[in-house]
Amino acid sequence: MTVERAIARTEPRDTFPKLLAELAQTRGDRPAYREKEYGIWQTYDWAHVAAQVRLLAAGLADLGFRRGDRLIVAGDNRPSLYWSMCAAQSLGGVPVPVYQDSVADELAYVVEHAGARYALAEDQEQVDKLLEIQKKVPSLQTILYNDPRGLRHYDGLLSYADVQARGERLLAAAPDTVSAEVAQGKGSDDAIMLYTSGTTGRPKGAVLSYDNLVWAAEAGAAFDGLKAGDELLSYLPMAWVGDHIFSYAQGYVVGLVVNCPESASTVMTDLREIGPTYYFAPPRVLENLITQVTIRMEDAGLIKRRLFQFFMGVARRVGPALLDGRSVSIGDRLLYGLGSLLIYGPLKNTLGMSRVRVAYTAGEAVGPEIFNFYRALGVNMKQLYGQTEASVFVTIHPNGEVFPETVGKPVSKVELKIAESGEVLYRSPGVFKEYFKNPEATNDAKTADGWVHTGDAGYLDERGHLRIIDRAKDVGKLNDGALFAPKYIENKLKFFPHINEAVAFGDGRDFVAAFVNIDMIAVGDWAERRNIAYASYQELAARPEVYDLIQDEIEQVNRDLAADPRMAGAQIRRFLILHKALDADDGELTRTNKVRRGFIGERYRTLVDALYGTAGSAHIGVDVTFEDGRKGRIEGDVALRDLAPHPTLRKAG
Amino acid sequence: MAMAERVRSFTEVLLSVENISLSFGGVKALTDISFDIRKGEIRAIIGPNGAGKSSMLNCINGFYHPQQGAITYKGVRRSRMRPHEAAEQGIARTFQNIALFKGMSTLDNIMTGRNLRMKTGLFWQALHFGPARREEIEHRKAVEEIIDFLEIQHIRKVPVGRLPYGLQKRVELGRALAAQPELLLLDEPMAGMNIEEKQDMCRFILDVNDEFGTTICLIEHDMGVVMDISDRVVVLDYGKKIGDGVPDAVKSDQAVIDAYLGVSH
Repeated sequence: MTVERAIARTEPRDTFPKLLAELAQTRGDRPAYREKEYGIWQTYDWAHVAAQVRLLAAGLADLGFRRGDRLIVAGDNRPSLYWSMCAAQSLGGVPVPVYQDSVADELAYVVEHAGARYALAEDQEQVDKLLEIQKKVPSLQTILYNDPRGLRHYDGLLSYADVQARGERLLAAAPDTVSAEVAQGKGSDDAIMLYTSGTTGRPKGAVLSYDNLVWAAEAGAAFDGLKAGDELLSYLPMAWVGDHIFSYAQGYVVGLVVNCPESASTVMTDLREIGPTYYFAPPRVLENLITQVTIRMEDAGLIKRRLFQFFMGVARRVGPALLDGRSVSIGDRLLYGLGSLLIYGPLKNTLGMSRVRVAYTAGEAVGPEIFNFYRALGVNMKQLYGQTEASVFVTIHPNGEVFPETVGKPVSKVELKIAESGEVLYRSPGVFKEYFKNPEATNDAKTADGWVHTGDAGYLDERGHLRIIDRAKDVGKLNDGALFAPKYIENKLKFFPHINEAVAFGDGRDFVAAFVNIDMIAVGDWAERRNIAYASYQELAARPEVYDLIQDEIEQVNRDLAADPRMAGAQIRRFLILHKALDADDGELTRTNKVRRGFIGERYRTLVDALYGTAGSAHIGVDVTFEDGRKGRIEGDVALRDLAPHPTLRKAG
Repeated sequence: MAMAERVRSFTEVLLSVENISLSFGGVKALTDISFDIRKGEIRAIIGPNGAGKSSMLNCINGFYHPQQGAITYKGVRRSRMRPHEAAEQGIARTFQNIALFKGMSTLDNIMTGRNLRMKTGLFWQALHFGPARREEIEHRKAVEEIIDFLEIQHIRKVPVGRLPYGLQKRVELGRALAAQPELLLLDEPMAGMNIEEKQDMCRFILDVNDEFGTTICLIEHDMGVVMDISDRVVVLDYGKKIGDGVPDAVKSDQAVIDAYLGVSH
């Protein structure tokens, strides 16, 4: 420990292993990580983390892991996996966390492209994938695993504990093996490689340095006043830059407590038990929560339902104003206080948001209704605009200036400019070094003087807030010259709880047409209440009653679009409800669940053609991949519906 | 699946059934059945509907008493054994129709599987104090390990009656495992499940056998599943044994094929 102590005093805080050494010093007995095991939350303090990381790093060194080596990390959010990243970094290596649900083929590309010799798998599922990859990518030398279950008869693997035992032996012989390597690390070194899922083409490995990440972690923490001991739940994929910043970089820079859920299906319970103070959720999670609350409230008795409706009305009016510190009448304050006691408090507790000081949502546009629901309850929900290439932070809503239609103001040291094409560009200390082994893509994304193309079309409004309209390359025109922003329309559709995904077509066409994916839970519940029988997703999606329901919602979107002269031409004139849910396993969504419009257009070409044809229905068959990797085929007839456009509204006067 | 490719052989006989005959009034459920279950194997009993599979299982765990024949379990030969004796001897089972306490949580249901292993009396348990408390913590730990093993953490506190069928089956398996049985009898563990649930259940059965070394005897309709996971298979038809051996041999046996295709008798 003495060597590490010396580092903490003399070295700059520029790498995570150094920050860890410092935390082990200053907050050694304070909680750093928690995980639920056998039904009990186990807490690990910073001293424990430092010791674990050191042992693992020594073990890796003993296995021949050298400076510049890459470690694939595959699995759910587990403390030991986070520690393995720091262990690799201690030796000057670069961890490469991967999406745990990606299939072997996708993963094989990453393993090969990254040139990784080492991989850590959480469990048998990941081990099986890596072993399959190893046959094709022999450069993958060593596979380590964490959970031994089911692996008894596998040969040639090493367990986490085995590696640590090797480390212990090595450290007994040469105590400063690890600390000497840690001391060599510097801020400009590669810290991590994150493969961006990409809506087109092969994934690209964005390389971020310690300087990038430490800056981003500090800037974000300063923007919203995070402090040591703030708690968060790490439940989003470790391969996603957001989790890496929130759960890892900020964990070390600020000294956060990182809580790992027991399993993916217990997140809601775990959230309630932990009561995080710092929270992140993508829009779809926020949407799902509201859907669940709405369904449960519809089941509640009349008095409860009335109470809920009344106080939510009060909250929508008063809550956001209170959060923003605007003036509110005494009467409203009293009503809101009563509401907190009866409704908001218990509801926030159920949602696990009682203690939340700062909550972010990002990744996709969030519906104002959804966004305001949380702010009405008194949860300080903000939007954040960011990218892997920016080490997340570009803009955030400042306290007191939260507008659902914008994504906030630039974080300090971030410069923004809007290109003539309408594309948003930024420059900041968090800008990535490069795409690994892909200088061409790096040059496309980043100018020589450090500006990064976001690929998003947007503008700065009069308040200095950034507004995003759509992906720059997706903005198109209808044949009559009307502006067509597909994502803008899709998002408006997705804001309805019954619609899970939507895909709009229209560029170079006569009118706008859309595919709709229903939300199985919400529509299923809706159907049950109306005694509409269905046996499967496909059957439910084909019900005429469901078509009526969706048609009503599309009419509302059209009415909205008609009110905006720029968008009035892009009303939806024809739609169909897809017979299967869009799925990342079929390549229809990215791993971060974004619609791959081009791919879907190709795959469902017959349906797109039918939308622009005259028939009232179309037959479609598509190959699908089941969760276990087997292939199958789903076939069926899909009905098409026409809609009359709304007249363009003229503003009064 | 890597597991099924392994060639395994077992020698020590855990349980043997000799010339068992069982009838209800005039109906002959089982006629002169003999076979054995070896320690550590996965043994399947298959056959068309009404072949006597469940009756056979009920004889093994002492629920039915055969009129003829004897069962030797762990070297002790007996003609009749009562269910609680079977349980005490390390035989646990699940049922074709789920037999859980619907109003109790998953956790509590599995906890009941520990009942035989609890030593403190009613008095201490009612007080929930002293030795009873220590014991409960110890049993809870064992139960939590099973919950972790079967990946049912998310339904730990959900009343079993509210769970879908596939999960209820998994809870029932959990309760049987809680008794830490030497011989686990599974009566149609995969009946009524969809493909994904069946695959999960297969994996759990293989894992139980592998991790705990538990000997498993199962009844199953789904031939594909049976052939994949069992080491040896007994085939019954109209209460008679018509085949016995490794899956590949049974599959190509003419009598078995006839029974399944329905040749007139």
